[in-house]
Amino acid sequence: MFAGATDVVPQLRAGRSAPEVLVDLKKIEELVSIAKDDDKWRVGAATPTANLTGDEAFSEEFPGLSEAAGLIGSDQIQNRSSLGGNLCNGSPAADSVPAMVVNGVRAVIAGPNGTRVLDVAEVVTGPGQTSLDMDEFIVEFEIDRMPERSGDAYLRMIPRTEMDIAVVGAGARVTLAEDGSIEEAIVALGAVAPTVVRVPQAESALIGNTVDDDTLSAVAEAASGVCNPIDDKRGTVAYRKQVAGVLAKRAVLIAIERAEQRNGTK
Amino acid sequence: MARTHITAVVNGDETEFLTEDGTSLLNALRDEVGLTGAKEGCGTGDCGTCSVMIDGKVTTSCLVFAPEAQGATILTVEGLADSGQLHPLQQCFLEGAALQCGICTPGFLIAAKALLDKNPDPTETEIRYALAGNLCRCTGYDKIVRAVQEAAREMRGQ
Amino acid sequence: MAIIEENPGYKWVGTRPIRPDGLEKVTGKAQFGADLMLPGMLFGKVVRSPHAHARIVSIDTAAAEAMVGVKAVITGSDFPDLAANGAHASDIDVANNAIAREKVLYEGHVVAAVAATTREQAEAAAKAVEVTYEILPHVLTVDEAMAEGAPLLHEGMITKGVDPAPEEPSNIASKILHERGDLDQGFGEADVVVEREFTTKPVHQGYIEPHAAVADANTDGRAHIWCSSQGHFQMRAYSATVLGVSPGTLKVTAAEIGGGFGGKTVIYLEPLAVRLSQRAGRPVKLVMDRDEVFRATGPTSGTRIRVKMGVSKDGKITAAEVWMAYEAGAYSGSPVGAAGMTAIACYDIPNFVVEGYDVVCNKPRVAAYRAPGAPMAAFAVESVLDELARDIGMDPIDIRLANAAVEGTQASYGPKFPRIGFVETLEAIKDHPNYTAELGPNQGRGVAAGFWFNAGMMSSATVHINENGTATVVTGSPDIGGSRQSMALMAAEELGISYESIKAVVADTETVGFNDVTGGSRVTLATGAAVVDACRLIVEDLRARAAKTWDVEVDQVEWVDGQAQHVDGSQPPLSLGDLAAKSGRTGGPISANASLNSRGVGAGFSTQLCDVEVDPETGVTRVVRYLTAQDAGRAISPDYVEGQMQGGVVQGIGWALNEEYIHDQDGVMENPSFLDYRIPVASDLPMIDCAIVEVPNPAHPYGVRGVGEVGIVPPMAAVGNAINDAIDVRMTDLPMSPVRILEALTEQRD
Repeated sequence: MFAGATDVVPQLRAGRSAPEVLVDLKKIEELVSIAKDDDKWRVGAATPTANLTGDEAFSEEFPGLSEAAGLIGSDQIQNRSSLGGNLCNGSPAADSVPAMVVNGVRAVIAGPNGTRVLDVAEVVTGPGQTSLDMDEFIVEFEIDRMPERSGDAYLRMIPRTEMDIAVVGAGARVTLAEDGSIEEAIVALGAVAPTVVRVPQAESALIGNTVDDDTLSAVAEAASGVCNPIDDKRGTVAYRKQVAGVLAKRAVLIAIERAEQRNGTK
Repeated sequence: MARTHITAVVNGDETEFLTEDGTSLLNALRDEVGLTGAKEGCGTGDCGTCSVMIDGKVTTSCLVFAPEAQGATILTVEGLADSGQLHPLQQCFLEGAALQCGICTPGFLIAAKALLDKNPDPTETEIRYALAGNLCRCTGYDKIVRAVQEAAREMRGQ
Repeated sequence: MAIIEENPGYKWVGTRPIRPDGLEKVTGKAQFGADLMLPGMLFGKVVRSPHAHARIVSIDTAAAEAMVGVKAVITGSDFPDLAANGAHASDIDVANNAIAREKVLYEGHVVAAVAATTREQAEAAAKAVEVTYEILPHVLTVDEAMAEGAPLLHEGMITKGVDPAPEEPSNIASKILHERGDLDQGFGEADVVVEREFTTKPVHQGYIEPHAAVADANTDGRAHIWCSSQGHFQMRAYSATVLGVSPGTLKVTAAEIGGGFGGKTVIYLEPLAVRLSQRAGRPVKLVMDRDEVFRATGPTSGTRIRVKMGVSKDGKITAAEVWMAYEAGAYSGSPVGAAGMTAIACYDIPNFVVEGYDVVCNKPRVAAYRAPGAPMAAFAVESVLDELARDIGMDPIDIRLANAAVEGTQASYGPKFPRIGFVETLEAIKDHPNYTAELGPNQGRGVAAGFWFNAGMMSSATVHINENGTATVVTGSPDIGGSRQSMALMAAEELGISYESIKAVVADTETVGFNDVTGGSRVTLATGAAVVDACRLIVEDLRARAAKTWDVEVDQVEWVDGQAQHVDGSQPPLSLGDLAAKSGRTGGPISANASLNSRGVGAGFSTQLCDVEVDPETGVTRVVRYLTAQDAGRAISPDYVEGQMQGGVVQGIGWALNEEYIHDQDGVMENPSFLDYRIPVASDLPMIDCAIVEVPNPAHPYGVRGVGEVGIVPPMAAVGNAINDAIDVRMTDLPMSPVRILEALTEQRD
């Protein structure tokens, strides 16, 4: 089953997969639409990411997730790529996944036995592997409305300015308390382990505190510490660990700034 | 295996062609419809040389399955000029020396058109990011960006 | 534009009209190598070695031949054994690289090829060819290839250029050496000496158009080849060699070419397509996919280079020692020779030794890449010069001015320089506002210079005058950068008619005289000179026809602004159109031919200025400002001269920052795609500012110097010197990727 096929086609050409039947999901209305309910957004799994980044209301509420989705390739790719494809391809470096994880996005999955809902973090089980059965597919993603005093961010390191697979990806989401301290924090890293990883020690260093040099150092150290990366043609273990710390810090700062702006406290 | 019959509007004309289901739209346009303006530079969506517009959206046709074209409206570089009158982008590329070998030019023209359709007054940075999916090895991009700026000015009537 | 000598009132040369092939290229009509469709055409597919070094034990084509739609399958045994026929060593290498015989020498080496009715059938048939290999140990770098006891690629390889010749074979094909003066004395006179070792990786020319050829063979052994190449006469010659036929039996038509940069001056698919077409009895189209382009077509050499230079405290270079080892890939012929000639050619150095080694290794055979050999050597030399300048507290332009080669300097590679414009390029940089533009935090500025001798070589041109006085200019140099425009501009200037009334075309091998490749920055110079010569012959002919018409002596006739005029005005002028319309009465059709071996070459120099910004926490580096100054002699077509300058710079920036071949330990390329072989994209770059310097080449009718190549020589050092200025780290290994920069920064902090 494919949406934009931007990963499927190269894999077919390289002989890494040889399905007998290909099913185009893009003609199913729910799979390519974006809807805003009172309590949540619903984004069709095959919706081109250009439609998502082009949705002003969505991008204003979830700038981090919108930017992350917008980093999946060129403008040409953006008219084809989708959150569903980006997630289910199972690449550890997928740009949208850390941002989906920190925003608690849920996948609504349909199959012969009906539908079920799964946290996005539970969908990918390893590089190129998902927990979906062969005859299941994701219909849409549910994203609860962004609460007050909250913000999200996603940053990635690539050697050029575009057209590269992330060497490190860092997503962050924070919610501030009325006094400006951090009430909730979620930090997730991509491209530094077989699947996206949360950074619980970064989160606990942030919660209950305001951000200062010490907290940020703790965030960076925790991010570097949780990494389990590989040496490959895009980066080394040492590089990924070091830069994970840098990007986690920077993403947290952006998320905080956005959280402050959302409440007019800045 | 019998080939699939596809009907689409290509460059304003209703067009029919036959294709294997797994064939790319790029190869179908080149081999079956005879429009060789879109080129294969990489086959994996990394170079933009195969860019065409499908239902008003620019995409890399090497990653589109030909059967997806059923009922779609497709624009290729051959459809940019209007009855022999060049599109401002084509004219500005020529006047601005924005092509050397010319292999990437069809892809750039389509991608630039897609940009200007959405954003008629882009900054230099916006132009560069919108065209990041199109590789050029000859020009270093400088004259291409200037040609797009000039075309945008003309199209805004300035 | 910095003009050194006033333009003597040219009407067409130096203007910016629209190029003749431009319309077809912006409308998608232009036919590139893969665009041709012929009735009954088959699709070909090549079978390639998965191993870096192996003996071919057997090839079984039976299964492939039996498949639906398959019309031909060929292997090395379908081609003549040139070694057995006593052919020249270099011809044997070309033939063995085209298709392997006993051994495969790199991953991607051609083993067989098939042709079938559809692409899908050809791909399936290629997979069905069964090859049995005996894997051999391999070497991938100069270090591995030169090591004691290294496995040999060619059992009989004895290093040339060493006296006495070595007794044992090795992977070192040859040595080059240039010497002058007394090195020890020179270093003794220096106040500061810097010695550094550098490495560079193989990089690919990166043309966007993959190789493509269509061959249509007849039963009489003749064949027509369409291919995009940088020299269809060269394609004919090489193909004839590999096929074992006379060149006259092959007709080669030059398709439009989607980039070459030197990489398309050699053959890959052409002889395979011809043989498949002969076996199948139908035309065959063979196109490489991007993966094949990377794995199996020549990149340029990876290198190891050591440079030691000494300067006095007032900035005079007293001695230079350069040691270089260049990877040739599977067969000898790296550009180490040119590197040896160019490495220190910008400077007047009294004492030097330049030593270089051509080393084979189990990678694709290298092919020319824009100023082949020079950029790597310049990276090393210009980095060391930068360090020396800093050590003595001298401005980087000033130290180069203090040592610059000028007219009369004896070049490091031998001849005395005629009039050259290196100093003018240095001054153009220094005088430009970019030189003093303010730098922000984490930003740095670097300067570097480069030299390329440019080629002359052989060209032919024919000019025909049409019956209404318009003209056709016919040459045999494939147009890779807009040269048809330059030909038309020069013809317009010579004939005195408008640029628009001239059509410049590239003819096939049967309809124009011999032309060497489009490369070496030589087309505007040499093919242009042939065009000028042909036009001057026509002008002489036109004067004679006017003289005949007026019944006067020919010395009474002048050719001015496209008309024959009587010197004392006693006759109404005759335009080219008038004479053409009456040509039957004055001797028949008007046309002229010129063939030459160009001797009027002018050396090219470039100085460049680069500003970068480095993110100190991630090592990510961006070029934020770039200026290139290059001596074009005379810019026949300024738009396209700038285009060559900018294109060379951006290739150099890619080479500096991100491009490299990555092989695993089995010698398999890990990044054969544009995703992970990272050439610059539009958003990576600023505008590339150009200063065209014109110090006319005294040996060319218009003062032309080649411009296509020297632009790629300085950028890696310019970028490296800028990075050094920004973060005080001297990068000596290319590419200067974020991983390497962060490593260097982290080491520096610790």
